This record gives sequence, structure tokens and C-alpha cells, in this order.
Amino acid sequence: MDEKRESEPTPMKNPTTVERKSERELVVTRTFNGPAHIVFEAWTKPELLKQWWTPKSFGISFISCEADVRTGGTYRFVFSHAASEQPVPFFGRYIEVTPHSRIVWTNEESADGAITTVTFEEKDGKTLLVLHELYPSKQALDDAIASGSTGTSGAGEQFEELDKVLLTLGRS
Amino acid sequence: MVQCQRAHLDASFAALSDATRRGILERLGRADASITDLAEKFHMTLTGMKKHVGVLEQAGLVTTEKVGRVRTCKLGPGRLKEEAAWIERYGQLWEARFDELDKIVEALKREERIYGRKKRK
Repeated sequence: MDEKRESEPTPMKNPTTVERKSERELVVTRTFNGPAHIVFEAWTKPELLKQWWTPKSFGISFISCEADVRTGGTYRFVFSHAASEQPVPFFGRYIEVTPHSRIVWTNEESADGAITTVTFEEKDGKTLLVLHELYPSKQALDDAIASGSTGTSGAGEQFEELDKVLLTLGRS
Repeated sequence: MVQCQRAHLDASFAALSDATRRGILERLGRADASITDLAEKFHMTLTGMKKHVGVLEQAGLVTTEKVGRVRTCKLGPGRLKEEAAWIERYGQLWEARFDELDKIVEALKREERIYGRKKRK
């Protein structure tokens, strides 16, 4: 998709790839220069998660971050967003948490939220991370795209009008 | 790139600011139609309908093709562009997150080198 950006002179930085794998799936990959138990830890300890989940360049920051990262546990993140007066909540439940290898959670802030699966695969001291989002239907993913919500996109409101139309079109 | 996306969005929103044009898109979402069909459906003159279709066409929301004397309208590739723009934005979000995560991984690795894996916790 966007691999051209790799050439930017950031040492040690591995490329991030994104692909719409199917009508219902998005897949993001990235390799980290550290063992799986460390990367996993950064995903499962709220105090660490907080430090990287809301990049400043996206104008978002945590208002609160609660996450009980174990199978059956729940999470609730509340963001503030530069383009939104209202706090933006994200919440759901961890369907599976397998130490150092796999985390699966629901995204329940919308009825058509995806199931997100993250896997960690260690090789030679590095960890390949694959993030997979499975939407309940093609329509659900199309709608997410049409609404402009990457969970953070400032274009959200602008897209609303377009959204309404695209929503109708998608049904054809 | 951003500039070009914005111009594209502006054209889309301008095109969509009109209820008739939104209706046309909705209709084309169900089936392709000729300008004449559309003019009839929306109780409009051919000239008026041509104008609306022209605006939608410029925004990339509709394409038209003339076969013989009939100009057929169908939904255009505009939607795909929105998808590509969204996926790029989505990728940028994860990339920005992962760049931060890199730093944490480095910090944790350092800690582990100093204190060992078990003691750190």
C-alpha cells in the first residue's frame, strides 16, 4: 500500500503494511526489533499501552484507559480528539488472551464493530505482529470506511453527508 | 497528495450538496440508467439532468458512456478513491502507533538487559 514511506531515514524502523484482505477484513503488519514477550507486554499493560496507542500526530490523547487484558476481561478507552468536542469512547471485551502470542477482542462502541486479532510471532529476537480486523459484513467495513472513522479521523464529520449516500449505494 | 484528496473531497461534497444529485446516486446504485430515464424519474428537462450528471461526473461519482444516441450513467470510481484514502489514513494511524511502540520496546529491552527478565515487573 504505502511502502514508499519506508525510505524515510528513520533508523531501525520497520515498514507497516495495510491491506483490505477481503470484503470484510483489514490486515496490518509490522515487525518489531524485540522479543514477543516484550511486545506483548506493551499491548497488555495499560500503563504501557497508554504511551503509544494515541499518537500525538493524530490529535488524540487518552482521557482514561482501563484494560483488564485477560480472556473474558473488558476494556474501555476514552479519547479526546482535537476535532471533536465530545470525548470518544471505545470499549469491548477480550475474547482470548494467550501470553506472548495472541490477543482477540471485540469493538463494541458500534453495532457493526470488528473483531480484532493480534498475533505475535517471534523469530531471531524480532517479532512479527499481524493485526487482523474482521467486520461482521462487507457493509460494516464499507460503512466504517465511508464514515471516515479510523477511530480517530478528523474527517469524520465531513464524511457524514457522503456517508449517507454511500451507505445507500453499498446496498445495491 | 493531501491537497489532491481535498480537492477531490470538495468536488464530492459540492456534488452531494444537492438533494436531486443524491437521489440520482441512490438510483444509480440500484441500476444504470440513461439521462432520459433519469430526467423522467426526477421530472426534469434533459438539459437540467445533463447538468446534474455533469457535476457528479466531475466529482468522479458517476461515469457516463454514449452508445448510439443513448447516454448511460453508472456509479463512478469515486468510491474507490475514498476507500484508498481511508486505508492510507488507517495505515498512517497504525504506523504512528507502532513508531511509538518501537520506543517502548527499546526501553523494555534496555530494562531487561540491566535487571534481567524475571526481576523487571
